[in-house]
Amino acid sequence: MSGLAVDHLTLARGGRPVLDSVSAVFSPGRVTAVLGPNGAGKSTLLGCLAGLLAPDAGQVLVGARPRQTLGMRELARQIGLLPQGGDVHWDVDVATLVGLGRYPHRARWGETQQDRAAVARAMAATDVTRFATRPMAALSGGERARVLLARVLAGEPQWLLADEPLANLDPAHQLDTLACLRDVARGGAGVIVVLHDLNHAIQVADEILLLRDGRTVAQGAPAEVLTPERIAETYGVAGQIGTTPGGVPFIVTMPMAHHA
Amino acid sequence: MNRSLAINIGLVAAIAAAMLLSLIAGKVWIPLDAWVHADPRWPIIAELRLPRTVLAAMVGAGLGLSGAAMQGYLRNPLADPGLFGVSSGAALGAVISLYFGYAAAPWLLPMFALTGAAITMALLAVLVGRSGSIVVFTLAGVILSSVAGSMTALAISLAPTPFATSQIVTWLMGALTDRSWDDVHLALPLLALGCVLLGLTGRTLDALTLGESAARSMGVDPRRLQLLIVVGVALCVGASVATAGIIGFVGLIVPHLVRPLVGNRPSAVMLPSALAGALLLLLADSLVRAIPTVSELRLGIAMSMLGGPFFLILLMRMRRRLA
Repeated sequence: MSGLAVDHLTLARGGRPVLDSVSAVFSPGRVTAVLGPNGAGKSTLLGCLAGLLAPDAGQVLVGARPRQTLGMRELARQIGLLPQGGDVHWDVDVATLVGLGRYPHRARWGETQQDRAAVARAMAATDVTRFATRPMAALSGGERARVLLARVLAGEPQWLLADEPLANLDPAHQLDTLACLRDVARGGAGVIVVLHDLNHAIQVADEILLLRDGRTVAQGAPAEVLTPERIAETYGVAGQIGTTPGGVPFIVTMPMAHHA
Repeated sequence: MNRSLAINIGLVAAIAAAMLLSLIAGKVWIPLDAWVHADPRWPIIAELRLPRTVLAAMVGAGLGLSGAAMQGYLRNPLADPGLFGVSSGAALGAVISLYFGYAAAPWLLPMFALTGAAITMALLAVLVGRSGSIVVFTLAGVILSSVAGSMTALAISLAPTPFATSQIVTWLMGALTDRSWDDVHLALPLLALGCVLLGLTGRTLDALTLGESAARSMGVDPRRLQLLIVVGVALCVGASVATAGIIGFVGLIVPHLVRPLVGNRPSAVMLPSALAGALLLLLADSLVRAIPTVSELRLGIAMSMLGGPFFLILLMRMRRRLA
């Protein structure tokens, strides 16, 4: 398995470029955080990677093959998307919901031994096995988020794309989810996650892709990418970088004026 | 899994019993000992009640399955197969044939109705285009059904004779009175094909539970799904309206009745909805025949009368849950 890459990806909507010649390479076994202000093109980039959006120019390369040469089903087997919002339109039980993630691998009739094993592994990895028979409507926000992540993992994708998976979670569940993403990368899959919180990004990411106005500002190790200058240039806020006594890096942001 | 199977087997048994009831019940009660060729009441069974019974089961199954598929596709428990205009289009076709007095030839009305259904389906496909979008689909359906509805009203108001007016109004109420084997032969292949197409969508409708983006990222092709739904529902509903007129509420109610038994997963709801639709229509049709009114109670009206209170109960339950 080799990398996932975008090459001069360009996409315009309503005459405004949402992605403007973005090139980036993602590596398996690593967590890449995609950062940038609102409207930077983060979700659009994920949409292109997952095959939901067709770029106007440039291409997505999956293991050196252009995306279009892979069938929809093959692409779906390789790339799993955890979309923003996490709709669940029918109140099904947890095991059924996680089982939906096997769709790209489905056999004509019924589920196979492999399907059952993958669902069980995904539920164990996200620690939701004990709610297997509970209806989705009976779960808390944090439990629900973990079940939705288990759904994507059940498809055993080589690439996990997560669009703001921490939205609406309390701090403990945010850290849980980040730990799950790290585990997925440790298992060998590539993880690409859109985040808003810079602190989450430096905690979880091996690499950061910083976007602004549809263009790449920088890609690299967190400490290299997230400098006070870049934070100011990209977000228009002042950022101070520090380290806890325990050695955990953190970033405090504040309005520009205070800094000056 | 086993629970679903048990429920489906139970429904099949109930359908068999309801068919038996449907053959016995009516203005003339025909006890089982009269079921021999020589009995003078035999033709009532063979030529009147049997085709009617078979047609009730077929139409009920087609409407129930269409309802389950529509609700799964639109992810809305209040969706109804009538929502996307094919039943109104089919009704308009039938009304046109009555307007011009073509009803003399018994096969003309169903043909006009099927043509109406096919034209509506084609228009729907053109309006929706290649988008595969559910919002566009719903809007296009609402537009088509209101246009067809207004044309039907126009036909009623301009009808050449009071007789034509009364014929149109009566037909619109939907019934299975005086149906023959010809109607069964006409509807069966269309309903069967429609049901097969809708049956193919089960797993994909399950995937749609997670929303459109997630479903597409799992390899769902929204255009293929939409095509299967449009053609499948059009065949089922078109054939139903052509042979039985407009019978509302079956597609709307039945999935609600089976969900508490088999769960909410769209594919698990489909087969039991078809079976329960057949059962419901068989029972309702036996009931309208057995009730001693001057002229037979129209099946479409009976279903609407059941549908209103049913939705009241649904509303009360929803309110209690929200409170």
